Amino acid sequence: MSQTLSYDVAHLIGAIVLMAGFTLLYQRRVFAVLNTFAFQAFALAAAAAWQAHVQNAPHLWATAAIALIFKAILVPLALHWLVEKLGIHRAVEPALSIAWTMIVGVALVGLSILLVLPVTANAAALTRESLALAMSVVLLGLLMMITRHNAVTQVVGFMALENGLILAAVSAKGMPLVVEISIAFSVLVAMTLFGIFFFRIRERFDTLDVNSLETWRGEGH
Amino acid sequence: MILLPDVANPLFWVVTTPLLGACGLVLIPHWRIAAIANVGVAVLTLIAALFLLADRPEPTRLLFVDDFNITLVILTAFVGATTALFSAAYISREANSQRLGPIHLRFYHAMYQAFLFTMLLALTANNTGVMWVSIEMATLTTVLMVSLYKTPAAIAAAWKYFILCSVGIGLALFGTVLVYLAAQPVMGEGPDAMAWSLLNGRAAEFHPDLLNLAFVFVLVGYGTKVGLAPLHSWLPDAHAEGPTPISAVLSGLLLNVALYALLRFKMLIAANGHALAPGPMMVTMGLLSLFLAAFMLYRRGDVKRMFAYSSIEHMGVITFAFGMGGALANFAGLLHMAMHSLTKSAIFFAVGIITQNAGTNRISRIRGLTEKTPFLGWAFVLAVLAIAGLPPMGVFMSEFLVITSTFARQPLLAIPLALGLLLAFGALIGRLQVMAFGTPSEDKGHPSPSRRATLAAYAPLVAHMTLVVIAGLYLPSALVAWFQAVAEMLG
Repeated sequence: MSQTLSYDVAHLIGAIVLMAGFTLLYQRRVFAVLNTFAFQAFALAAAAAWQAHVQNAPHLWATAAIALIFKAILVPLALHWLVEKLGIHRAVEPALSIAWTMIVGVALVGLSILLVLPVTANAAALTRESLALAMSVVLLGLLMMITRHNAVTQVVGFMALENGLILAAVSAKGMPLVVEISIAFSVLVAMTLFGIFFFRIRERFDTLDVNSLETWRGEGH
Repeated sequence: MILLPDVANPLFWVVTTPLLGACGLVLIPHWRIAAIANVGVAVLTLIAALFLLADRPEPTRLLFVDDFNITLVILTAFVGATTALFSAAYISREANSQRLGPIHLRFYHAMYQAFLFTMLLALTANNTGVMWVSIEMATLTTVLMVSLYKTPAAIAAAWKYFILCSVGIGLALFGTVLVYLAAQPVMGEGPDAMAWSLLNGRAAEFHPDLLNLAFVFVLVGYGTKVGLAPLHSWLPDAHAEGPTPISAVLSGLLLNVALYALLRFKMLIAANGHALAPGPMMVTMGLLSLFLAAFMLYRRGDVKRMFAYSSIEHMGVITFAFGMGGALANFAGLLHMAMHSLTKSAIFFAVGIITQNAGTNRISRIRGLTEKTPFLGWAFVLAVLAIAGLPPMGVFMSEFLVITSTFARQPLLAIPLALGLLLAFGALIGRLQVMAFGTPSEDKGHPSPSRRATLAAYAPLVAHMTLVVIAGLYLPSALVAWFQAVAEMLG
């Protein structure tokens, strides 16, 4: 297979992951956020699988499988169930208006390209653009975590950030431990879900709005 | 891919003892036996760590030890062991007062060892990725322990800690991937390009711009875990709401481990030569943390939260010292890391007993300690004076070195540094006066402990304070030689 084709496909999939990151920013309904996230995780699985094929690195198939089974299927299902159970499917008001969020998002992508492309001038072309895409996805995930005040959407923001990290790790040619890192992240995510579930079951908080946690800073008691 | 090191290697035992201990402690149903077993495992780990002094093993694929991490490994194993002893006393009072159930205690002991395992692995890992995974696991285990009491405040603190530090280590991973990419053209693909023992030698050939970008991510990422402002807000809550032995190891050990990770990356930058100087960024973050914490110290009503802010202050001073760079400032930074770790954990031991006696964390309800419990009261006074930076204790010496080395090179920077330290000093002394002297307050705490528990709680406090006082007067020459060698490498 020609080199250019393998690059083009990798970039196409990377761009799809990035687009999903943008789509996450303007979703108002919790279920729509979850579906978009599932789509992003699915694209990530495709990216990992493509890299496994191109780099001839069998361990990346495991990363692809984790992304597909855990992140694209199990986590969205669990979150759907949680949202139903906790009754929080009303619209989420972002802290920043959608228009501003999108403008900041575009600026962040511009920033990553400006930062990454010059410093990787003599790195392999495959890594170069993928890294810019991955950094954009990471920053968009961070933006989502900052602009959303609901714990479920914040966790989705974290997982979107993590998708960017895995994208960077699979694109770095021959990087060891990628599978271990994706497992470590999966444990982290599973813990978070358990945490949300646990708080609510004990009915410690009336809402999962992270702002309500602020009252428990402990300065007043 | 990862070769198991041979069993004759003491490093192997340093790491596996707490891991096996964690697995074993899950199976012990009774908390009293578990608490003793916990001490036993921690002491075994310390013995394994002391073997490193006699024979320093060759680096393997997975683990390595050099002048830098050997002190931190021994320090971690030592504080781990003394805290385990303190924890046995603390836990027996908590269990008697029914604040924690048997399941929680079983879980607590297993997690304690798991936490030690992750820290020791992070310190000795010869691979940037393994180091990252262990720091991530350390976050997980401590989140679980911070939320142990299951009060709304504890869960809120754990959640905040979790979200902020997850993002932090996420960014650190991105930095780690960038460092791999910088190393890969020189070292070739595969684990060699992530091995600390190999990276340092050839860092000069790495692409400097890529290293710069990586360092920004690593600084923000691991900096969150160090508790540097403006990413410190998880730290006071996590320290205040968890069990006090955990506050002691969080402050005394985990912050050091995160800082160690950051400094390893700084070594690469220093060895590279063409990369930008990381100094100004670290100096700024250090001073910011110092001032923020110094002002926050005045407003605290909760004793554990107050000392958590004091940890931010000292982490700021240490980061400042490493940011200044140069042999003397780096030496001072390394010494301050060790001194802060010993003194702060001693303070948390004292605070643990005090809050259990008083039944509250409120400073306003804790008075007249030197009259009620003279020994504990005076030990607490000594420890707080030490952390405030009074001579002849070790913290004074390291702070003095930081200030003088700064004054010699950048006199203008020494002024805010000294001002910040004085501010913090004033706040600590003011609070100490209220707590230690005056009319004793009424104790509403747990039933008074058995003689054995009292002894177990006081012994670690005495041991730490003895070391801090001795270090202020005399430093072993081996320690000085290691610190000097590392100070050179840090650039």
